[in-house]
Amino acid sequence: MQIVFKTSYDQDINLLSKTGEYIRVTLVVLLMLAAPLFLDAYYLSELGLLLVYVIAGVGLMILTGFTGQVSFGHAAFLGIGAYCHSILLTAGVPFTVSIILTTTFTGLIGMMIGRSASRMHGFYLAVATLAFLIIIETVLGEWTSLTGGYAGLAVPELQIFGYYLSELWQQYYVDLALTLFVVWGAANLLRSPTGRSFLAVRDSELSARSLGVNVEWVKIQSFGVSAAITGLAGVLLAHHLSYLAPETFGVLESLKLLLMIVVGGLGSIPGAIFGAIFVSLLPVILSLLRDVLPEAMSQQAGLEPMFFGLIIVLFVVFEPDGINGRWRKLLHFFETFPYYRKASFVRQKSYLKTERMR
Amino acid sequence: MSSLVVENLSIEFGGVRAVDSVSFEVEPGETFAIIGPNGAGKSTIFNLISRIYEPTGGSIHYGERSLLDVPAHRVVDLGIARTFQNIDLFEQATVLQNLLVGRHSRMSRNLARDFLFVAGARSREREHRRKVEDIIDLLEIAQYRDQRISDLPYGARKNVELARALCAEPTLLLLDEPASGLNQEETDDVSFWLDDIKHDLGVTLVMVEHDMGLVGRVADRVMAINDGKLLAIGTPEEVRADPAVQQAYLGTVA
Repeated sequence: MQIVFKTSYDQDINLLSKTGEYIRVTLVVLLMLAAPLFLDAYYLSELGLLLVYVIAGVGLMILTGFTGQVSFGHAAFLGIGAYCHSILLTAGVPFTVSIILTTTFTGLIGMMIGRSASRMHGFYLAVATLAFLIIIETVLGEWTSLTGGYAGLAVPELQIFGYYLSELWQQYYVDLALTLFVVWGAANLLRSPTGRSFLAVRDSELSARSLGVNVEWVKIQSFGVSAAITGLAGVLLAHHLSYLAPETFGVLESLKLLLMIVVGGLGSIPGAIFGAIFVSLLPVILSLLRDVLPEAMSQQAGLEPMFFGLIIVLFVVFEPDGINGRWRKLLHFFETFPYYRKASFVRQKSYLKTERMR
Repeated sequence: MSSLVVENLSIEFGGVRAVDSVSFEVEPGETFAIIGPNGAGKSTIFNLISRIYEPTGGSIHYGERSLLDVPAHRVVDLGIARTFQNIDLFEQATVLQNLLVGRHSRMSRNLARDFLFVAGARSREREHRRKVEDIIDLLEIAQYRDQRISDLPYGARKNVELARALCAEPTLLLLDEPASGLNQEETDDVSFWLDDIKHDLGVTLVMVEHDMGLVGRVADRVMAINDGKLLAIGTPEEVRADPAVQQAYLGTVA
């Protein structure tokens, strides 16, 4: 059994305080750095795509998991990011400038949405963000002169400071560097007043306000960061797709992002990472499964969505804390061995809450 | 030190006058209790002071400032903090995070700098943590520090909520039923803490409370209201002896 003996406030401020966490994170980062050495092209590009979804997941997690604002429209930010970046690159803007301009632009659009969304709650917010998504998808499809419409838009090659990074492993390292940056930044937010004000708004707007949190401004900020990060994921996604079409950034993509953070575990950064792994691995596993299944089943059109749906339902029913929750329980089991009790994680019903004055 | 001056405060919900031109004054350093039957408008007065409701008439001043010019999230900047009748903590966050949100109004914050955790962020966190630890020691909640609120028993939540309000370093603290749902022993603890808060931290206390034992022990002055109207203001004994108050609580003699 492991007991953490705290002797310094720094142990609570540090991102990783337990030795175990330290070792695990170092191992994962080293493994990711070494991945191009032992993965073939197909799996390396899948891994790169996974990292893009980690970024998008962290983006949505900040908004939905930490600030409690549900968004059905996050694929729109992915789309705006991808298109804006490609258009800028085509116009001859260098990659580094374009990436900064694009994230700023998506961030600003996010803040605008946040401004109008700051007075909406739950269901209404979901519908509003869904409407936003449909508008963006239509604009991307109809503004033919700028986006190429439904015919699509070719993404220029990845080029940084004049060097072409056309090799797969080079692109992969760009993905990895930005993923690490975003994950580190999101973790920083959570140990700072800004991130804590996000959590406060999620759990109780009323008492957040009474403690000096400007709830409207927090929502605007949260939408802004979330959109900027998702826009950044869009930039990287554009290079993976190399050809953009408006349908890519539709409702299904939004749902995928949302399901990703729910299955991963709402309200935690590892949750976004686990979720991304889940949605990226599932199609791979399913394609392997197709070979084993009887023909009548494996040829069915809806096989993939069905498994997606089934797994999500199972998670919502049996493990609302997602993969991350399961992971924490597993860790707890080993850390407190042999004292683990099922009841350790049973949460009490919350006491009567002041709901009237939201 | 500033005093809280409420003049002719009124609010209507539809046709109901929940608070009907109530005036009172709270001197710096005193403990002021508001009592009254259920639905008398006690919590409504609190919600008016903390700017959750917009009054339909009257004024609220704290020191020189008119509270009606200040949005709800700025009230704490004037030194007014509060607790809620039905504990309103950040359920999915740890006790420590809750208390640090209590420091929010005193912390410099900037989205970009927080994202990058720039130089100075660590020392800022340490400095505010130290203040939080003082409050943790005062209210004896050290053992809960790293627990999530959703794991805490009711009594502990009450203490954490009080601690969170104190973390804002208020000069005026609004306590909405600090002893509701607590047993005798816990209520005694609360009365000692209220004494400490008043004498050691020099905080002016305004509280809504049903437990007349507690009110009698800690309050310097009491205001009784019923149906949104003021019945009596005075020392606990005076108010208890007031015929209008007795009538509101016990009914008229047939």
